[in-house]
Amino acid sequence: MKNLPLLFLGIFFTLAFSWSGLILSSEIQYGKLVPTTSTLNAEGEPEEGGELFPAASAGIALQGKEVYQNQGCMYCHSQQVRPKGYGADFERGWGPRQTVPRDYILEDRVLLGTMRTGPDLANVGGRALSADWHHQHLYNPQITSPGSVMPPFRYLYRMQEIDPEGPSPDAVSIPADFPYAPPPGYEVVPTDEAKALVAYLLSLRIDYELPEAKFSQ
Amino acid sequence: MSTLPTTQASPAPAKTEAPPEEWSDRVALSTIDESMRVPGIFFVVSGGVWLLIGTALAIVASFKLHNPEFLGNIEALTFGRARSAHLNAMTYGWGNNALFAVALWIMSRLCRAPVRYHYILITAGVMWNLGVTIGIWGILFGDLTSVEWLEMPTYVTPLLALSYALVGVWGILAFHFRKGDHVYVSQWYILAALFWFPWLYTVAQMMIFFTPARGTVQAITNWWFAHNVLGLWYTPVGLAAAYYLIPKILGKPIHSYYLSILGFWSLALFYNWAGVHHLIGGPIPLWLQAAGTVGSIGMVIPVIVVAVNHHLTARGSFRAVWNSPTLRFVVFGAMSYTLTSLIGSAMAVPDVNEVTHFTHFTVAHAHHGVYAFFTMVMFGAIYFMLPRLLNREWPSATLIRIHFWACALGIGIYVVGLSIGGWMQGLMMNNPDIPFLDIVQAMIPWLLSRSFAGILLTVGHLAFFANLIWMIAGPRSTVPKTSLGRERVPA
Repeated sequence: MKNLPLLFLGIFFTLAFSWSGLILSSEIQYGKLVPTTSTLNAEGEPEEGGELFPAASAGIALQGKEVYQNQGCMYCHSQQVRPKGYGADFERGWGPRQTVPRDYILEDRVLLGTMRTGPDLANVGGRALSADWHHQHLYNPQITSPGSVMPPFRYLYRMQEIDPEGPSPDAVSIPADFPYAPPPGYEVVPTDEAKALVAYLLSLRIDYELPEAKFSQ
Repeated sequence: MSTLPTTQASPAPAKTEAPPEEWSDRVALSTIDESMRVPGIFFVVSGGVWLLIGTALAIVASFKLHNPEFLGNIEALTFGRARSAHLNAMTYGWGNNALFAVALWIMSRLCRAPVRYHYILITAGVMWNLGVTIGIWGILFGDLTSVEWLEMPTYVTPLLALSYALVGVWGILAFHFRKGDHVYVSQWYILAALFWFPWLYTVAQMMIFFTPARGTVQAITNWWFAHNVLGLWYTPVGLAAAYYLIPKILGKPIHSYYLSILGFWSLALFYNWAGVHHLIGGPIPLWLQAAGTVGSIGMVIPVIVVAVNHHLTARGSFRAVWNSPTLRFVVFGAMSYTLTSLIGSAMAVPDVNEVTHFTHFTVAHAHHGVYAFFTMVMFGAIYFMLPRLLNREWPSATLIRIHFWACALGIGIYVVGLSIGGWMQGLMMNNPDIPFLDIVQAMIPWLLSRSFAGILLTVGHLAFFANLIWMIAGPRSTVPKTSLGRERVPA
């Protein structure tokens, strides 16, 4: 090839084309989405005084999200529910409806994930799982989920002697017949990181409808 | 007798034959090789070290996925961190170092100008490896970003961007000072890659970390970047190397100039758009998912075109291909490119994606592309390049054979095992009557096959690295051993 200007322009415009086609146009189409009410009024505007969704997360959940990120949970757990009829996300109880772009607009970092070695977590806070269940699960996944290949996160917990005045209110109930169960006189308590992580997991819930996404869709 | 690679432009007779290599050209080539010696060896050895580090991390991550208590109490090596450190060590450590060496060397040879300013490359190389070291340290010790293919913490971004800029500038300078007015197909690919990568990297860093786009626009940016690292960075350089080495070693021109033009431009046009297929079914507009599917299926054109062009070039010379260590690796890589790309196009069809998305099938596919194609081509190119940079032969043909067989079998078992396992995983996941933990259990045999494949790959990498160090540090080997067959192949 001797036509160098054509080569350079081609190299430039092919990438410019996909960047504007995929990224710039999505930014223009929905980069300015804002929270809204579950239903719209007759004019297509949010209901006045109605509760806005999605709602912002509380501080401790945001700290927990950082733990979720730096432990790399996302590499086995997605946070997105595909539409009913495409895959079995709905039937597996991973969410009451599909997730849509507006669900993610308040997130500083979007953790959709592309792998489901473990189940989807978009609505894990909406399942009937207590904080103690999550702590047991993180400390030793075999307690709650026998046969799981999830790594243990025991390093986010401390084993300590039980105070003579009584056990810590945070103590995690670890069955005695599991490895790393505390010996008599000792208890397992979560570090601040573990507490924040569980707060984050409990905050992940799709319990609201949006004008563009109703339950069972 | 060897010839310069050239393109065949039938019916125009001027370009149908490779020009006979003049004596002065051969002298010029050895001057160019000598000028690339220090940067070339620096990049190859750094790449080799990262290859071993990345392999060790891969073994850790792979074992953990069927044996979660393995090293279970070490926070730095928890699965999410170990696999991310593995990916970054392989991508930015091994892949980029090997790519810098091979791409810049091919570029300077085709430009027929000795390297000027090679201290720019050394500086860039030192900075790059420093940046990757800090970045991987950050991943292991608490700063993992959880953005796929961009896991390294943002404090290494400026260092990596700057050192990359130096490499890119050097590549442009080499091109600027070229001799002759014909620009060979390998040069198009390398020039394009040198231009595309910094743009991809800068946009992704800005729109994900420094001034994050809102909501899932981030995810689109992420996959536009991540898929294009393969498509617009590794693939062009892998193809450039194949386009350079196949005709070079076989001593005949590329079959068709027009097919190489078609292959280049259709790749530039379609690969760009393919990345969104990682978000099919996800919370992004449907038209974007459709664009990703169209781009991915369009990739059939450049893939078939390149495969036909390479095949017709190598036709009639298959014994020479098998006997040359370089071509054995390069042709293995080129064939893997065809296969993995066609599988990739199929995976973008929504009905197929419904099964393969979120499964080990995707992991198998990623290794099929980055390893069985790109890495194997880089191995082949290094086997050709190093004897010319060092004026030494590879000390052991046996180690080369071990390297080839261990890696070819290893990646074969890896891809086949995880593809079957991943497909089953997808089918089971789409059947809500199967409890989730049953799927987890059903995957364990396939994950064990992956660990076994990993051990084979480790053997291959150790053989490669041992040969590399022996070649550089050992006494000069006088007996030519670069042929794996009975006859020595002219190279």
